[in-house]
Amino acid sequence: MKLSLLVNEGPYTHEASDTAFQFAKAALAKGHEIFRVFFYHDGVNNGTRLTVPPQDDRNIVKRWSELAAQHKLDLVVCIAAAQRRGIMDAAEAKRHGKDANNIAPGFRVSGLGQLIEAGIQADRLVVFGD
Amino acid sequence: MTEENAGGVAKKFLYVNRRAPYGSIYALESLEVVLIGAAFEQDVSLAFLGDGVYQLTKGQDTKGLEVKNFSPTFRALEDYDVTKLYVEKEALEARGLSEADLVVPVEVVSTERMAEIMEEQDVILSF
Repeated sequence: MKLSLLVNEGPYTHEASDTAFQFAKAALAKGHEIFRVFFYHDGVNNGTRLTVPPQDDRNIVKRWSELAAQHKLDLVVCIAAAQRRGIMDAAEAKRHGKDANNIAPGFRVSGLGQLIEAGIQADRLVVFGD
Repeated sequence: MTEENAGGVAKKFLYVNRRAPYGSIYALESLEVVLIGAAFEQDVSLAFLGDGVYQLTKGQDTKGLEVKNFSPTFRALEDYDVTKLYVEKEALEARGLSEADLVVPVEVVSTERMAEIMEEQDVILSF
């Protein structure tokens, strides 16, 4: 089955991102295809490479990046939601005159149209939120 | 690929609004998805459940909160061909509201009917 995921909560505060990750991993292990993972609301905070969780805790952002690298996943953070919350790639940082960017490997910044397209193209869009 | 032809066959999209308009950003960002999604020419409906019914109430005044009152945007949805708005009857009644308290015409439906509407959808986005 072709799946798309929507992640609406950030890492650590809510379990939604963990659940989405475990779901993605399990779905891939079962041979399903993941068309796209879209991060919205505080979910965009899953896409900052600057998180430094304690060493004995899971690294949620790194885990997504590694899964993306292994399976060529398309991880997309919503540009409007990301701008509000200070998540940006190099091009966005330059465009807004910011002195740094923080997007994690494997993530890209794009528009909400990517979420609608994910819903259209996939057999199921699975929403992870609070 | 342009946004308009990214899809092909139209799917039934339902946006489920469960939260009050202020106090969290879910309602506002949900509406942003609806507006962008309207460009894709899909079959779009909105559902308002629980505290989500407050999103549609008349007379919202957000000055003290220093956030934007986005309730007028619901009146613009018609221009985007988004006209199917379902409001949960039980949620309205529990909050002492009626259709006359809302900023746009809606279809008030029972929780049972709402479940059927959800059953008919291809894609449900819950906020």
